[in-house]
Amino acid sequence: MNSLTTVGQKIPKRDAPPKAIGAAVYIQDMKVPGMLHGKILYSKHPHARILKLDTSRAEKLAGVRAVITAADMPSTFRIGVMKDNPPLKTGKVLSIRDEIAAVAATSPEIAEEALSLIEVEYEVLPGIFDPIEAMKEGAMLLHEETKSNVLKLPWKLVCGDVEAAKKEAVFIVEDTFSTPWVTHCCLGTSGCIAQFDTNNNLTMYSNTQIPSLAQNDYIEALNAFGLKNKRVRIVQCVIGGGFGSKLDTYSYEYIAIRLSLKTRKPVKIIFSREEEFFATSPRQCTITKISHGCDREGRLMFREIEMVLDNGAYTSWGATTPSVMMLPISSLYKVPNVKYTAKCVYTNNTYSQAMRGYGNPQATFAIESSLDQLAEIAGIDPYELRLKNANEPGEVTPQRFKITSCGMKECIEEVVKRLNWKGKHGRGAGRGVGMASLIHVGGGARVYKSDGCGTIIKMDDFGKVDVFTGASDIGQGSETIIAQIVAEVLGIPIDDVNVINNDTDICPWDVGVHASRTTFVAGNAALGAALKIKSQVLEAAAKLLEEDPAYLDIKNGIVFSTRNKEKSTPLGKALRKAHYTLGGKMLMAEYFYDPKNENFDKEFKGNLSVSYAYGTHGVEVEVDKETGQVKILDYVAAHDVGKAINPLLLEGQIYGGGLQGVGYALGEKMVYVNGELKNGNFLDYKIPTAKDVPPMQAVIVETDEKDGPFGAKGIGEPGLVPTAPAIANAIYDAVGVRIKDLPITPEKVLKALKGKEKIG
Amino acid sequence: MKREIGFTLNGEAVRLEVEDQWTLLYLLREVLEMTGTKEGCGYGECGACTVIIDGKAINSCLYPAMEAEGRAITTIEGLVSKDGELHPLQTAFINEGAVQCGFCTPGMIMSAKALLDANDKPTEEEIKDAVAGNLCRCTGYVKIIDAIKSAAGGR
Repeated sequence: MNSLTTVGQKIPKRDAPPKAIGAAVYIQDMKVPGMLHGKILYSKHPHARILKLDTSRAEKLAGVRAVITAADMPSTFRIGVMKDNPPLKTGKVLSIRDEIAAVAATSPEIAEEALSLIEVEYEVLPGIFDPIEAMKEGAMLLHEETKSNVLKLPWKLVCGDVEAAKKEAVFIVEDTFSTPWVTHCCLGTSGCIAQFDTNNNLTMYSNTQIPSLAQNDYIEALNAFGLKNKRVRIVQCVIGGGFGSKLDTYSYEYIAIRLSLKTRKPVKIIFSREEEFFATSPRQCTITKISHGCDREGRLMFREIEMVLDNGAYTSWGATTPSVMMLPISSLYKVPNVKYTAKCVYTNNTYSQAMRGYGNPQATFAIESSLDQLAEIAGIDPYELRLKNANEPGEVTPQRFKITSCGMKECIEEVVKRLNWKGKHGRGAGRGVGMASLIHVGGGARVYKSDGCGTIIKMDDFGKVDVFTGASDIGQGSETIIAQIVAEVLGIPIDDVNVINNDTDICPWDVGVHASRTTFVAGNAALGAALKIKSQVLEAAAKLLEEDPAYLDIKNGIVFSTRNKEKSTPLGKALRKAHYTLGGKMLMAEYFYDPKNENFDKEFKGNLSVSYAYGTHGVEVEVDKETGQVKILDYVAAHDVGKAINPLLLEGQIYGGGLQGVGYALGEKMVYVNGELKNGNFLDYKIPTAKDVPPMQAVIVETDEKDGPFGAKGIGEPGLVPTAPAIANAIYDAVGVRIKDLPITPEKVLKALKGKEKIG
Repeated sequence: MKREIGFTLNGEAVRLEVEDQWTLLYLLREVLEMTGTKEGCGYGECGACTVIIDGKAINSCLYPAMEAEGRAITTIEGLVSKDGELHPLQTAFINEGAVQCGFCTPGMIMSAKALLDANDKPTEEEIKDAVAGNLCRCTGYVKIIDAIKSAAGGR
């Protein structure tokens, strides 16, 4: 692989031109003939009994084609990770996003008007909005069939002997950190169109991140509706942002399906921005009690964490984020003794989903903040403490992760050098530097029984290639990465590679675009299929050129002999020769790649990923002691990515993740008061704008990951994982106050500064 | 109530009937089926619906369609020349990696165009100011700012 032509190049994203000219079709832009518009009526109260629900006036409105309630859904049908969520609610509502009824009408405006004609009478019930309250003995139970508001999930990890290590540790710190509810804020809101054919087979136009799993979910729903053995096809429109928000199927999708069945028409549901804020599933808030200890030299001896997560009213993948939190908790830096317990708790708030990082940012905020506290009492520079304990290639961590390639030390050194750490750390006076690192899955993540992705390749008579992949592109650029890999293997121009990635009728299975797995897993699947078809090409050319295929290769679309310059042919000619022959063949190949990673065992141990991604972020801040304002003066984000298949796209992931991290650190918080979202719009929930971009350097640290496609590892999520603690640590370095509760608002900084003055 | 209005859309004269309550965005997307202009929020906070009206970048989701009377309106569809050549800003967004999910891209490009039409050598701060009302959740804006700089430099 010494002379790469396509891999490693800054190739513009292939879906960028249609997006830049306004031709890309998102779910918002999609129309199907005869289509109706669906709208959903949500509960007015976070906890209430529905006493009366009268849809008769809505049904009579001209243009209304159907009104549905829980009575239209099979009474036992539930969605969610723990099957606790009926798509339409009856009896009790448990959150302000509870769906009570839905309408299909000839226009969105009529559907909206119909909602206002539905009469609901509630008996308002007291709610529980604080997970700590919800855990107390005798607390009201949200789901009456359960025995406790604490979800029955066994989140406990024990490695080594923390108690013994505590006795031996010379320096110990203990503190509590917390993080808020934050939301994905995809610019394109959620939506779908459900359409049935005459045989009751379903086509779903969708922007899901999990087409193959969603297909299963819908089949299950159709079964519940009494439609057995039906086909489900998912067609993805261009997806206006994912970040984990579309990792599950949601009530609105089943409502669209039910409305479509009832009306025999396609039904489209598109979320308004208001719905996108309150009716999609955000990153949950967490309370983390952490303790760290080290020996006299600063070698980490133990890490102990107890965590409480507000799960909200129902379950989605948010309830499973502690599984990924275990990754940094057990294996960010070398720590021999680890104990972690987590409780996910039902409350009458919204309900939680994964978001970029899948719990890792919440855990890393506590770990990396705590490490700086430990460095201080141990009298060691925080950078030296990190370097001393950094992960290394060949290590097997206490959770049994096998560390293969690892550029953690290089990432730390890059930050130290580029930030001029040694000249700046420890000076105080309103300016300071901070750093934090991350570990994340970089070679798939076996959270399901399969972590695989399929790829089919076919070639036409002229050497042009169609690649059918299960991997979804949510804007991150997998289409381009896959095309680069295939072009590289086949020795053809990238423009000759067409990638089809949005239709379950023609694309093979894939577990979904999550876990930073697509470059690694779908990339390896594309690589495998490309190698297979290449050997077929060479065999076909061998006949034409009368040469041993072992001595043939392809470059720029020409098949040539590596030992005889006379022998060469354009690729197309060899393909036509193979095709237009008696008993001829068209070339096709398929490959299913399932990484050799492991599901966790019962103790949550096992090699979850084939490789692990590392990174370190360093920040220089200036803190205004009068206002509490934090200004980022410099930001260095160094990432070990294996081989950078496309540095242009890769930098985009780092910058994009980094700025999301800045939002998480300094500003974003969904303000829930008694179960009601008080800032569900872009005016009051502020995501970073162009004005908030600090000077940022994305530093690519390349390591050779032997199992990665051309040596690559994942980079989708890491960019925002260490941002918040790096900023919190820099603020401490600048003004000596530690903010332990995100986001770090000027009010909190000011309050802490005042508190410090009093003590001082 | 309906009223007939006339305006210039992407260089061509248009006459049509509009309803009182229509926004310009509704007129573009639902009536004229020009879906390049996006709706990200519907209340003027995200900028995905930005078009250029008489030289100014405007959120079309808040702009009454009636007000278009007599004005010159440019949308993302109007940036590609008749022979299919992309506007330098579009080319720069593509080549600099400024497009990820792409939902903000048309609005972002329109804000950038209004800036460059008025100021062909903007500073970085002026670029940031010009697109401050256009939210992007994917890119961190770095490459968007690079793309606008590059398009300005290439003029």
